[in-house]
Amino acid sequence: MTAAPPIGFAGPDVPLLEDVRSCIHCGFCLPSCPTYLATGSELDSPRGRLHLIGAILDGRIEANEHVLPHLDLCLQCRACETACPSNVPFGQIMEDARAAVVAGPEAPRAWSLRALALRNVVGRREVLRAALAPARLATRFGLQEKARPWIRRAFGLRAPMLEAQLDALAARPFRRSGVLARPPEARARVAMLTGCVQGELTPRMHEATLRVLARLGCEVVAPPAQVCCGALHAHAGDAETARDLARRNIEAFEAAAVDAVIVNAAGCGAAMKEYPRLFRNDPTWLARAERFAATVRDATEYVTSIEGFDRGLGPIDAVATLQDSCHLAHAQGIREAPRRILNAIPGLQVRELKTPDRCCGAAGLYSLVQPEMSRAVLEEKLNDVEATGAEVVCTSNPGCTLQLAGGIVSRGLEARAVHVLELLDESYRARR
Amino acid sequence: MGAPRTHEVARGTLPAMSTSQPTLAVLVDELTRALGKSSVLARPEELIAYEYDATIERARPDIVVFPASTDDVATVLRLARKHGVPVVPRGSGTGLAGGAVPVQGGVLCVLTRMNRILEIDVRNRTATIEPGVINLQLQEAVATHGLTYAPDPSSQRVCTIGGNVATNAGGPHTLVHGSTVNHVLGMRVVLPDGRATFLGSRVPDAPGLDLRGLFVGSEGTLGIATEIVVRLVPRAEAVRTLLAIFASIEDASNAVTRVIASGVIPVALEMLDREIIRAVQHSRDVGYPEDAGAVLLVEVEGLRETVEQQSAQVIEALRAAGALDLRIASEAAERERLWEGRKSAIGAIGALAPNFYLLDGVVPRTRLPEVMRGVEELSARYGFRCGNVFHAGDGNLHPNVMFDSMEPGATERVLALGAEILRLCIEAGGAITGEHGVGLEKRSYMEWMFGADDLEAMSRIRLAFDEAGLFNPCKVLPSGHGCASAHSAELTHHLATPGVYV
Repeated sequence: MTAAPPIGFAGPDVPLLEDVRSCIHCGFCLPSCPTYLATGSELDSPRGRLHLIGAILDGRIEANEHVLPHLDLCLQCRACETACPSNVPFGQIMEDARAAVVAGPEAPRAWSLRALALRNVVGRREVLRAALAPARLATRFGLQEKARPWIRRAFGLRAPMLEAQLDALAARPFRRSGVLARPPEARARVAMLTGCVQGELTPRMHEATLRVLARLGCEVVAPPAQVCCGALHAHAGDAETARDLARRNIEAFEAAAVDAVIVNAAGCGAAMKEYPRLFRNDPTWLARAERFAATVRDATEYVTSIEGFDRGLGPIDAVATLQDSCHLAHAQGIREAPRRILNAIPGLQVRELKTPDRCCGAAGLYSLVQPEMSRAVLEEKLNDVEATGAEVVCTSNPGCTLQLAGGIVSRGLEARAVHVLELLDESYRARR
Repeated sequence: MGAPRTHEVARGTLPAMSTSQPTLAVLVDELTRALGKSSVLARPEELIAYEYDATIERARPDIVVFPASTDDVATVLRLARKHGVPVVPRGSGTGLAGGAVPVQGGVLCVLTRMNRILEIDVRNRTATIEPGVINLQLQEAVATHGLTYAPDPSSQRVCTIGGNVATNAGGPHTLVHGSTVNHVLGMRVVLPDGRATFLGSRVPDAPGLDLRGLFVGSEGTLGIATEIVVRLVPRAEAVRTLLAIFASIEDASNAVTRVIASGVIPVALEMLDREIIRAVQHSRDVGYPEDAGAVLLVEVEGLRETVEQQSAQVIEALRAAGALDLRIASEAAERERLWEGRKSAIGAIGALAPNFYLLDGVVPRTRLPEVMRGVEELSARYGFRCGNVFHAGDGNLHPNVMFDSMEPGATERVLALGAEILRLCIEAGGAITGEHGVGLEKRSYMEWMFGADDLEAMSRIRLAFDEAGLFNPCKVLPSGHGCASAHSAELTHHLATPGVYV
């Protein structure tokens, strides 16, 4: 074993050797990995990626242009963590590795640019809104229909996601804050994460979540000082910005003095439950992050914890299926809650996908950064969806919903993609 | 090909048989032209992801290829032979004996992209598949026809049928159904010189010498199977899984003999000891009692009435052997949960210690109690924690020795302990491997079991297939082209370990 320092890794977030060494190379992760299934190459498998990261740490190889594409091709879906019998913290290691690359002197330009864009656009609400404003204005005049052929020509494989996003802009954004609902004799006081892109692109998820929580007797607030959760930043290796956003959110939600922080985006919820991971070198914030993380609940998790959520539901006569959002199933370990909700809806026929917990290829920015692999993974998912004959495809995350919505349009399926809580909300309202 | 080639073998005793750089460059070029750019890897950073299997052995290949057809495989083997470069076949890389670790470099022939199920013949109950098909994938594909493929190694979610053929893989259900060799009817095989042939037949009992039987379990030393015809069996009408809890591993071992003496041969009879139970429960809650000394997982299957009667007999035998408690599962979900613990056990140990050494030995099952006691004493003497999870019904034991390879000398001591345990198996009338194969790991122990004449005979058979001695070199047999010096180094190492040859 060489003692040379890692070449191409730098900064405080270099992956921990003990984490990497917890992999025993059994290979159980291979069939769970969408990219390994697509390429059949060890380099694009969790075991292979861990081995590459370990070899970089050992100084046996450099984190160079022949290695990084294999790390970049990872969806960070964390299905490998579910499959892993040794509890290897793969998500953490991959985030650390990306952070160590971004912090290095020779970070690939694309990685640095991505981090820059995330920091200055997604991480800053006003900039994000301004950036989306022209497209939003265009949808007011119905221009998205005219733009469609051009988008397909210009953006190729990225087109379905972009079209879905453009279509989404036609709805009025959700930008509310402060006290959102105050039912008499509230059973609990909860806060909602309104997020960055989510309020802009999938406002109906927030509206539905808010109505459901209020109906179940919760006082709902949205602290105005809250910011983007930082998940995308952490995934892209910008740990500094992720920490900055995490600190601001912890302060904002602490000040709100709530019983629980409700998150209806599985990716954001996972990131917030895992805030402590960002502070392994900072004991003061680590303790605070741990206290905060204990209050975070996924919306489906919280709703199903309330007794009687399944009463007063109206019928929805449709065939539905559920895509386990990766960061709900694999990162948060929640699989039952969304199913309990769907199964409670009268008239709804729920048909399971063959592989409900395999990624749909959305994976945050992935569909735009790795359009080919994203599309390949999506096509598999659409085959699975099509075989169920589902008219409603439910997810627990806005990214998955948009990806599936885009896929449904491109394949010409007669279906719609919604968040589980949107369907629950519809069912409550169908009763009236 | 900028960086210098290195072969890092954990034991540090195997010398690299280096192929010259110009030869490799020409070979890479020829392979790339024949198979396409996306089917050949030759950069050191890429090759590093193919330097391992599921053991602690490491050695980097010089070239990795991904053939997509029998023709591709033939081309690869022909070109490699032309340049005198070694070839090592590899499936999912889940082997537990270092069989797919290219200790002399050369071409690693990765078969994962040959993963098509070519035919399922329901009426004749056969399937024809490519070697990269995953075991479970085959089982799922035939399940819709009410059939199953019986061998079910614990790594069945990952391991390939090609690898199963190479190692003659077993699994929990080997007890009644037999191992892979009992389920392969025939194979299209590309021989080491690139010629393709068919061994066995598509119907049972082919005439002539049973070359099929010879090929299955040859650990990738005789050629590469590119099409495999397997036998399928009907799925049982009823299945019942029992979990019996015992105070000690010895009680559980005695229970194994008692169950089989009762006249019932369960389809599976698996043991997990306290260390393993805790490891599994630590990894995920599958409902095993953490305070038990050992548990036995027993499965009976067949017609509904038979299962009823057989499970009654098994229960009686287990109780008589001192079972503290029994859990019985008939529903698929409950049964799967009980099995989940067994199938994830090996990996779960990874969470308890940085490294572990998974041993594979076999003894007559009546000798299990004393051998298990011996394993316990030996581990204690060497100062290592050891967990046991194994196919008790077959007397196929799997001690897992936990250690930290960063601790100086630990790896050597673990290997020495492993050798002593295998020695114990031989003394009890058993053998050095039950199902994982000899591979790289145990080739030095072959001399404990076989005389020089026997080994010479095996070596001559091997040479009949591979006269150049370049096909998966240094595996299984302690001799062969360029392997002799390495073998003597290994032998010195083992001889130098106190107590190995007592």
